[in-house]
Amino acid sequence: MGITTIAFILLSLMAIGSAIMMISSKSPVHSVLWLIVVFFAISGHYILLNAQFLAIVNIIVYAGAIMVLFLFVVMLMNLNAETEPIKNYRLRLIGILSGGSLLLVLIAAMMKIDVAQPVLMSTGDSGLIKVLGHALFTNYVLPFEISSVLFLSAMIGAVIIGKKE
Amino acid sequence: MDIKAYIILSLTLFTIGVIGVLVRRNAIIIFMCVELMLNAVNLLLVAFSKMHAMSAAAKALPTFASDAQIFVFFIMVVAAAEVSVGLAIIVMMYRNIHSVDINFLNRLKN
Repeated sequence: MGITTIAFILLSLMAIGSAIMMISSKSPVHSVLWLIVVFFAISGHYILLNAQFLAIVNIIVYAGAIMVLFLFVVMLMNLNAETEPIKNYRLRLIGILSGGSLLLVLIAAMMKIDVAQPVLMSTGDSGLIKVLGHALFTNYVLPFEISSVLFLSAMIGAVIIGKKE
Repeated sequence: MDIKAYIILSLTLFTIGVIGVLVRRNAIIIFMCVELMLNAVNLLLVAFSKMHAMSAAAKALPTFASDAQIFVFFIMVVAAAEVSVGLAIIVMMYRNIHSVDINFLNRLKN
């Protein structure tokens, strides 16, 4: 068992455990913090796959910007106390059962396929900034520009929705 | 590393997100579970791109292996725009009904 396998197993356990903690913790602030741990674990997976650009972007955009926005909204609403008054254990059990059966069906379908190619770990230059930047500004320059329009419309939409009457 | 390990990891993360959406009643946590599902798909896309990095099609086309990572980048871009609008909607909802519990969102029901 190489060091890559050990790192993969550790990062996977970290991601899954933090995700379970995220959906089971009472306080929304704790949920946000556990989700940041999940994002760092996924960034670790990207580094393991030698997708360095995506690892950095994942940390900056998700753990840095999006989760800070979530944390800001949670703090703004003062949701630190227990805010789920309706406890419906039957619905909770049904939700967990249906999600578990979804996982079972998907894994059973996945076991049917046979893939011979292994995943390339920590080699290959397809994830480096040089290659990705070249692809982004030659083949994908039109979607890149359209995404700026998307950001502008999202910004205007957020301002209009959040505005007081 | 086998691709099946990555598929199982992504499926598990995705299913945890689905269970969170089904079980929790807090709108912000439901939104965070949607983000978790997006990230599970991102991880699987990157793993598949690294799986195909040595194939014959990748040798013929120079940007073959990095296309999936560009897709992941655009998914992140769309997710950032979605989060800004979605959190604005949640803030407006909190301002109107003074709660983020989705059980109180039944005005369209009748």
